[in-house]
Amino acid sequence: MPTFVRTDKCDGCKGQDKTACMYICPHDLMLLDKDGSQTGHAMKAFNQEPEQCWECYSCVKICPQQAIECRHYADVVPLGGSVQPLRGTDSIMWTIKFRNGTMKRFKFPIRTTPEGSADPYGGKPEANPAEITDDKVLFTKSLHKCDMSQFVASSQAVAA
Amino acid sequence: MAEYGFGNPEVIQEEVDILIIGGGMAACGAAFEIQKWAKGQNLKIKLVDKAALSRSGAVAQGLSAINTYMGENDPSDYVRYVRNDLMGIVREDLIYDVGRHVDDSVHNFEDWGLPIWKQPGDEEKSLRGGGKPVRSGKWQIMINGESYKWIVAEAAKKALGMENILERVFIVRLINDKNDPNRVAGAAGFSVREDKVYVYKFKCCLLVCGGAVNVFRPRSVGEGTGRAWYPVWNAGSTYSMAAEAGAEMTMMENRFVPARFKDGYGPVGAWFLLFKAKVMNGMGEDYSTLRGDIIKDEKRFGKYGMGVPGTCLRNHIMLEEMINGRGPIFMDTPTALQKLAEKMTPKEIKHLEAEAWEDFLDMTIGQCGIWAGENIEPEKTPSEIMPTEPYLLGSHSGCAGIWVSGPTDLPGVPKEWSWGYRSMTTVKGLFTAGDGVGASGHKFSSGSFTEGRICAKSMVKFALDNQSWKPELERPVEEIVEEIYRPVRNYLQYKDYTTAIDINPHYITPKMLQFRLQKIMDEYVAGVATYYRTNGKMLEMAEKKIEMLKEDSLKMRAKDLHELLRAWENYHRIIAAEAHMKHIQFREETRYPGFYYRMDYNFIDDQNWKCFVNSTYDRKSKQWAIKKVPYVQVIK
Repeated sequence: MPTFVRTDKCDGCKGQDKTACMYICPHDLMLLDKDGSQTGHAMKAFNQEPEQCWECYSCVKICPQQAIECRHYADVVPLGGSVQPLRGTDSIMWTIKFRNGTMKRFKFPIRTTPEGSADPYGGKPEANPAEITDDKVLFTKSLHKCDMSQFVASSQAVAA
Repeated sequence: MAEYGFGNPEVIQEEVDILIIGGGMAACGAAFEIQKWAKGQNLKIKLVDKAALSRSGAVAQGLSAINTYMGENDPSDYVRYVRNDLMGIVREDLIYDVGRHVDDSVHNFEDWGLPIWKQPGDEEKSLRGGGKPVRSGKWQIMINGESYKWIVAEAAKKALGMENILERVFIVRLINDKNDPNRVAGAAGFSVREDKVYVYKFKCCLLVCGGAVNVFRPRSVGEGTGRAWYPVWNAGSTYSMAAEAGAEMTMMENRFVPARFKDGYGPVGAWFLLFKAKVMNGMGEDYSTLRGDIIKDEKRFGKYGMGVPGTCLRNHIMLEEMINGRGPIFMDTPTALQKLAEKMTPKEIKHLEAEAWEDFLDMTIGQCGIWAGENIEPEKTPSEIMPTEPYLLGSHSGCAGIWVSGPTDLPGVPKEWSWGYRSMTTVKGLFTAGDGVGASGHKFSSGSFTEGRICAKSMVKFALDNQSWKPELERPVEEIVEEIYRPVRNYLQYKDYTTAIDINPHYITPKMLQFRLQKIMDEYVAGVATYYRTNGKMLEMAEKKIEMLKEDSLKMRAKDLHELLRAWENYHRIIAAEAHMKHIQFREETRYPGFYYRMDYNFIDDQNWKCFVNSTYDRKSKQWAIKKVPYVQVIK
C-alpha cells in the first residue's frame, strides 16, 4: 500500500527540521505538513504520492511513534488485513492480521552486532600500493581458489 | 544579492578527485574499498545519493538471500551458469572477476553483523571460520536480511566518512570535458530538499544508480503502480546519463521478466529451491513435465532448450499455458509444505512456516499484505504466479548495461575488452558497476558490492595517473543550471494560464509523461499488453512516438522539488527505453523467448546473432549508432 500516518500518533518528530520518515523514504514520498495546509493536520507527516509507494516499510520501521502503517494497494488487495512490524536493535517482530481475523506473529533476527558497531576495517590488512593494477587483488587479499584449467586458453597458456 | 528560492536555486560548485553517484550496493562497495587504496594520497572523494544511504538502492527493503556466493564452487562454474541463463552471450571475463572476489564481500557483511543461516551444528561458526551456509541453490545462501542494506551502509559510511557523503541530491547530468569530448569532467544535479543545484568537477566518477523500472506500463496501474518487482526508484539514470555522455552501451535489448507471485511480486526462489514447490496450471496439471518439451524445438530454440533451460525459456513454457487458456498458474505451496512436514516435528513445522513468511517479510512485505488481505495461508491455499512487466537491469537475471573494460590477467580474453582501467566505460573517467555493467548478469547484491570495490581500486589508480589534469566543463554552468531547472521555469512561467494546475497546453506533468512512455513501451515494444510480442513495424511506430515524447520532455513541469525529481527520473526513463527499443529493433532474432518475441524473427539465430549488440548515442544529434561485436568464449 501505500503507507499512511495516523493522526493520533504522529508528532511530526517534535518539530525537528525533518521527520524520520522524510529522512529515510527511498522514493521521497513522506512530507511534513507544517501548517496543515495540505492535509488539515498541522505538524504531521503524510505520504504525498501513494501510487509510487513500494511498500518497503522503511518509514514504518523507523517511525519513533509507530505512527505509520500500511493499507495495502487498494486497486489490488481486499480490505481488512494488516502487516505491522516492530523493529528493535537486534530483531524484528511482525504481526500479520488476515481479513478473516487470523493472526500470525513472527520474530526474526536482524543483526548479530550492536547497532552502530560495524567496523569496516577492523582486523583487515592495509592495501599494498604496488598491487593497485593487479586485478587479482582487493585490499583484503582474499581471492577465491581458482581452477585455471577451466579456461579455453589454458592449454595454450601452459604451452607458452 | 538575489534571494534564493524555488526557481532561483543557489549554485554550489565543487571540485573533487572522485565522485560516486548513487547509494546502493555498488556505491557502498566502492565506499568501503576506496579509502584503503587512497590512503595517504590526499584524494578528495565524495558520494552523492538521491536518497538516504541506509535505505537506498535495490536492497533498501532487505533481502532473504544472498544470491551470489561461490563457497565450494569454482568461479568458472559460475560463469557457465550465468552464460547458460543469459542465452550464451555474456562477458565471461567480467563474470569471472566478480566470482573470484565475491565471497570476501559476503564474509565482510557477516563480520559487520548480517545474520547468515548455517547448517545444523555450524550455527556458531562464521563463513570465514568454515561454517557451512544453508544453500537454497548452488549459488544462493539464506540470510536474515531485513537490515542487510542498513548494515552494509553503516560500514560504508564509516569507511568513507559521513563528511564525504551527501544525501538527497539527485545527479541528473554528466558533463563531458571541454578539450576531450570522449572524457567526462563533471556532473550536475539538484537537492530535493533545498533550492540548490550542485555542479561537480572531477577526474573520474562511478555511475551506479541502478536499473530501469516503470519504463513499461505495470500490470497494476492504480496505487499498485508502486508495487514494481524491482525498486520503483530505479529510473534508468545509469543508462541514460552514460549514453548521453557517449558511453558504449551493450545488450540493451536484454530485459528481465520475472515470474513471481501475482500482484505482490514476492520471491519464488525459496519456494522452488528450498521448499521444492511445483507449479501447476489452472487444471492442476504439472505443465512443465507435460509440455516442457516445447523448448526442445531446435529450429526455434537451437541447442538452448536441450540442457538446463534459462529463465526466459521457463517463462516461455508458462506463457504458452497462459496464452492457450490454461491459466491461472499456481505455485502449489500446500503440497510442498505437507511433503516437507511429513518427516518433521511440530516445532520444526512451525519453524518452516516462519521461514516461508520471512522470505516475504525480509524483502517483499507487500506480498504478505496480499496474502493477509486475501486470506491466503500457504499451507492451505496455492498462490498464483505470473510474469511481471519488463525491467531493464544488469545485476539480477538480466544483462542490459554499459560496455566496460575487463580484467587484464585472465587467459584468452580479447585484448580489446580491456583498455587500461578495470570497469571504466568507453568514456574516459566514467566507471560503472552493478546494474550499470552490461553483458554480465547474476551478480545480485553481493556481486554488485564487489564490482563497486573493483571500481574503487581502478578509480584511485586513474585519479593518481591524472593528478596534474584539470577538468574543464564542456558547457557553461549557467546553461546546465538552466537545463536542470527547466521544468520549474515551465511551471512558473505558465501556471496562471489555466485554472486547473494539471491541464495546461504549455506543459506536461512528469506523471502524464511517464504514462505516455509506459503506453508506448507496453503496446509496441513487447510489454504485457501483447504478451511480450513485437515486430519491426510495431517498433517503427514506437520509434516515432518516442521521438515526439523526447521533444515533449522539454515541456515537463515541476511544481515543487519533488516533482523536479520525478521530471528528471522520467527523462532518464525515456532514454533507457529508447535504447531498449533500438536494440530490439537491431537484433533480428528472438534471443530471449519468454522475455520478448520479435514475431518477424521468432527463433534463436546463433549463426547471425551470437554476438553482442553495442550502441552509442550522440546527445547533440539525438541519434543512435548500433553495431555487432563478436562474442568470445573464455571459459570451457
